[in-house]
Amino acid sequence: MEHFISLLVRSVFVDNMVFAFFLGMCSYLAVSKSVKTAVGLGFAVIFVQVITLPVNYLLQTKVLAADGILGVDLTFLAFILFIAVIAGIVQLVEMIVERFAPALYNQLGIFLPLIAVNCAIMGGSLFMQQRIGLPADNSQAITCFGDSIAFAIGSGLGWMIAIVLFAAIREKMEYCNIPKPLRGLGIAFITVGLMAMAFMCFSGIKM
Amino acid sequence: MGLFSKKNKEALNTPLFKENPVTVQVLGICSALAVTSKLEPAIVMGLSVTIIVAMANVIISLIRNTIPMRIRIIVQLVVVAALVTLVSEVLKAFAYDVSVQLSVYIGLIITNCILMGRLEAFAMQNKPWPSFLDGIGNGVGYAMILVIVAFFRELFGSGTLLNYPVLEKIGMYEIGYLNNGLMLMTPAAFILIACIVWYQRAKDKSLQE
Repeated sequence: MEHFISLLVRSVFVDNMVFAFFLGMCSYLAVSKSVKTAVGLGFAVIFVQVITLPVNYLLQTKVLAADGILGVDLTFLAFILFIAVIAGIVQLVEMIVERFAPALYNQLGIFLPLIAVNCAIMGGSLFMQQRIGLPADNSQAITCFGDSIAFAIGSGLGWMIAIVLFAAIREKMEYCNIPKPLRGLGIAFITVGLMAMAFMCFSGIKM
Repeated sequence: MGLFSKKNKEALNTPLFKENPVTVQVLGICSALAVTSKLEPAIVMGLSVTIIVAMANVIISLIRNTIPMRIRIIVQLVVVAALVTLVSEVLKAFAYDVSVQLSVYIGLIITNCILMGRLEAFAMQNKPWPSFLDGIGNGVGYAMILVIVAFFRELFGSGTLLNYPVLEKIGMYEIGYLNNGLMLMTPAAFILIACIVWYQRAKDKSLQE
């Protein structure tokens, strides 16, 4: 349990997907013009992350690994299978949401296909694959199914916090007199840089 | 239609500056920032992406008329994932140190938006040869930004270039220069890209918002 919480907190603040690993930057910059859409996309990312990452964990440990049910080391197939799982699940989620929650679909609808190619999702699965082999006392290690869920929640939540904060700052920036060449993308990058510096303060946290 | 007609040249040239994938189209930022703390991985990454974009563009362009519209994204992803797996295995075999430094970011080329962007916007509508040129152009445009950012980060952050101690040789440490540790961390990458965008938009007013 202790490791579960520590992994969760660590992946929200210290190993933040955006500020520590630059993952999911494309949609991060494109969909952060208003807080409302940012919250929508943030929830969609948490949602997809929490479904795909544990599935990929099972795939990695039970099927692909050398001691899995097939008994052959198939880890070189991980890229193709992970992305297929992610794309498949996103498609499935999109259809389910469209059928049962049309209101939610109208809000999330345009983002869901985007999320299939969001690097934060694929990155989460690849980091999980890397961390399976770590020794159990390492605070980043993913040793069981529960850990993979903790990491999924944490990394999704961290991404959401990052995009919501950024969108809030961007809304305020609308009223600032910024030099012309810096408007838009330039100032956005500088803002993210400063936010990343602020998040570096968390790097000493230990649970 | 020659091999290098005006239209084909445009496909190759515009992504370098006017439509640069990183600074103008805002695609593929994730890896552009993450692998640039040293010059060597940045060059390897730039090369890998160039090869993969060009190859994927050609393959998708060849089969573009047979792909059903509804499942095109998955087809594209599988083609890209297969190519990335190839590159990743080659790197592991011949450049192991670099592949360790690049860690998950090689795998993340699959979700690199440049690829999906070019496949959707160009390869699905164009013949293989222009698609190939478009892929090379976008890959090089991307690699260029990576190399510029990595150049400054490695030079000021560790005082070396391609692991050659440049600052030590020209005597910068004797006059009191200290390596800037912030350059190796994440915020510096964001701010350096911001500077490139700033410079480009100050030069080319049509890009300003």
